[in-house]
Amino acid sequence: MMAFGGNKEGALSGQKNFKQYLRSYALVIIFLGVCAVFAIASPTFLQPTNIVGVFRQIAINGVLALGMTLVIITGGIDLSVGSLMAITGVVSAMILENNPNMLAVALIVGIGAAALMSMWTAVLVAKMRIAAFIASLSTMTIARGVALVVADGIPHTIKDTAYSEIGNGYLWDPAATGGVGFPVLVLILIVVAVITAVILYNTKFGRYIYAVGGNENAAEASGVNVVKVKFWTYVLNGALCGVAGMMLAARITSGQPNAATGYELDAITAVIIGGTSMAGGSGKISGTIIGALIIGVLNNGLVLLGVSSYYQQIIKGIIIAVAVLLDMKTKKGN
Amino acid sequence: MEKAILKMEGISKSFPGVKALDGAAIEVRAGEVHALMGENGAGKSTFMKILNGLLEPDEGSIEFDGKKVEIHSPSEALGLGIAMIYQELNPIKDMTIADNIFLGREYTRGNSVFVDKGKAEAEADKLLEEFGMPVRAKTHMRGLSIAQMQMIEIIKAVSSGARLIVMDEPTSSLTDEEITILFQTIHDLKRNNVAVIYISHRLEEIFQIADTVTVLRDGKYIDSKKAGELDRDSLINMMVGRRLDNIFPKKEVEIGGTVLEVKHITRKGVFEDISFHVRAGEIVGFYGLVGAGRSEVMRALFGLDRADCGEIWMDGRRIRIKKPQDAIANGIALVTEDRKDTGLVLCRSIRENIALPSLGDFCRAAFLDKEKENKKCDEIAGKLTVKMSGLSQEAGNLSGGNQQKVVLCKWMMKNPRLLILDEPTRGIDVGAKAEIHSLMGDFAKAGMAIIMISSELPEIIGMSDRIIVMGEGKIRGEFKIGEYSQDDILKCALGGKK
Repeated sequence: MMAFGGNKEGALSGQKNFKQYLRSYALVIIFLGVCAVFAIASPTFLQPTNIVGVFRQIAINGVLALGMTLVIITGGIDLSVGSLMAITGVVSAMILENNPNMLAVALIVGIGAAALMSMWTAVLVAKMRIAAFIASLSTMTIARGVALVVADGIPHTIKDTAYSEIGNGYLWDPAATGGVGFPVLVLILIVVAVITAVILYNTKFGRYIYAVGGNENAAEASGVNVVKVKFWTYVLNGALCGVAGMMLAARITSGQPNAATGYELDAITAVIIGGTSMAGGSGKISGTIIGALIIGVLNNGLVLLGVSSYYQQIIKGIIIAVAVLLDMKTKKGN
Repeated sequence: MEKAILKMEGISKSFPGVKALDGAAIEVRAGEVHALMGENGAGKSTFMKILNGLLEPDEGSIEFDGKKVEIHSPSEALGLGIAMIYQELNPIKDMTIADNIFLGREYTRGNSVFVDKGKAEAEADKLLEEFGMPVRAKTHMRGLSIAQMQMIEIIKAVSSGARLIVMDEPTSSLTDEEITILFQTIHDLKRNNVAVIYISHRLEEIFQIADTVTVLRDGKYIDSKKAGELDRDSLINMMVGRRLDNIFPKKEVEIGGTVLEVKHITRKGVFEDISFHVRAGEIVGFYGLVGAGRSEVMRALFGLDRADCGEIWMDGRRIRIKKPQDAIANGIALVTEDRKDTGLVLCRSIRENIALPSLGDFCRAAFLDKEKENKKCDEIAGKLTVKMSGLSQEAGNLSGGNQQKVVLCKWMMKNPRLLILDEPTRGIDVGAKAEIHSLMGDFAKAGMAIIMISSELPEIIGMSDRIIVMGEGKIRGEFKIGEYSQDDILKCALGGKK
């Protein structure tokens, strides 16, 4: 309740008519529509194992997209997320190589390294007032270079089973429940979603994120420390990239300096489909989760239907545009 | 008498939950200046948006030049000869005057796709000369003043064959001199048989320029009258439906000790050696022409800009203000002159806007106590009578007067010692204006020190216990209540000695 309680508006403003309902739930309806199509077309789509599979598939992108949501609500963007993930993977894998028993340290330092690197973007955007696109482009390149230098250009295998359990393990043995488990990756996604939602809806910092993105000048004139809010938003996003980087490294059991290239676009896509305005000032955690789910379901469903991967790209691209158009139309509504 | 060029009848338009227009009507004759009047929220902008094709009416008919028309877009309106000049101009600032005038109907070389720059510039120069503008067509828009940009818009409208021009608050950011030029231009338009629908909150202007006045109230057509048959009181009466005996209900307030004392603050090139004080319960009016440096002084007091030197004292203590947080912590609140730019986060709810500076007071540990926040916001919004569907309504959907009240709510929540109001009633309708004046009286009565910047002389004179006049970044004079005439203040602002 507290976590997703950002949208209590409905209860407070009294009844809504049908159109407003449609407006609030347009995304959910689009999502269910896509699901319905696949459910009819493919018998495997609704099978529990497949559903769990979809959630597992979206977990990493979901975590990235949640961080990206905060950044985009401030009116910014972060293109460096993929590179930051690679830093975490490489750093944590290499620490474990030398100190096999220090998993916790490896993860904390790995995630910390991504957060530290994101301060480059944070300073450039918040303090130096460089456009976020350019600042994070700079970080994207630097961080990739850092990952390559640190790793000496080669992948570092993760032998620690506890680490790889993060990416491949389940909360309970799937065999016990007829093959349906609860992936650790999905648990992490849920935890991150709850944390970001609490931050966004239930803290001062969250309110400031919206205010800064909605109108920076008004926020400043209301006593909001705009520089600080922007700075910590980028650093928080950097830390979440670290978490996503850990998840990816665990899943592929390797810290690779070239990992996660192009991930920023998937994350941004999920955020945009989720109805967050690129102009800043508005957006919801639930929207981003659904956005990530829509992408996940599309990937999954098209594979199930045996659509060639070449066509998959075309269809995905079209559906992204359609989803955003529908969302815009219902939002504008009247 | 000229025949009607535009006839809009029985226009109705509903938005969810609101009937914005309910049988609105207007009949405009060629070559007349027709004032469209009404309080904010009376439906003027919706009405004009329908004329401009931005909105479709639910009911009603539009007749232009004797023919029934349906207008679906601004370009269709323009095609018919209806042009709009909005309150907030949006020229393409990096293009030249010529480019802007002929935007969308560029001259080309023969039938080619290539633009004939030379011809456009020659034509534009001809137009500029006709309108007595001392600029060249090659000049970039960026270099022009707001008044000049507005003139370019008018030239653009006329040169594209507009026969009806709608002007929405055209004088809101003009100096008196610029207004005179604008009115001259409007007279020229009249002579050329162009009709003007003129929207303004400044009643004096209406009597100066308008031939006919149509009044809307609550989306309904109230009446149309010759401007000569009306006076200020009767017009206000038509607009608000009740007589405002006293627009400036100044309350008797006991004046206390000094709250703010400013000593010799200077910001190089902006203002110089500014010293003044404000006492509890006192309203100090700052008058001056646009550009006198009044807003800049207040921005420095509030920490939005830095003063180079000088001292600021609050309640006998010297304070240092480097950023707005410092000012707020010292009990200073600033209602800025531009609600949309620095006052409100328009895309967020009323609640979030009101609570923004006070979030720290609603926090338990790191978390917001939303119930407390909601209760407090509701309380204050009720006290200041904000008209809204609920605290969750987007601030951007409110009328100007209500937006200003939300800004006031935001600062009242902090219960400041010193309230600075920069043009608190600009662009606000008569009813809301009176309410804001009355609120200011209440605040003063509660012991708050108030500074009010206003460019409206009647407002300054009606509200202030003391008036400080600024010009060219300096304080030019100070007047106590009852020790001056309107002329004294104006002369002082224009540069004469006290």
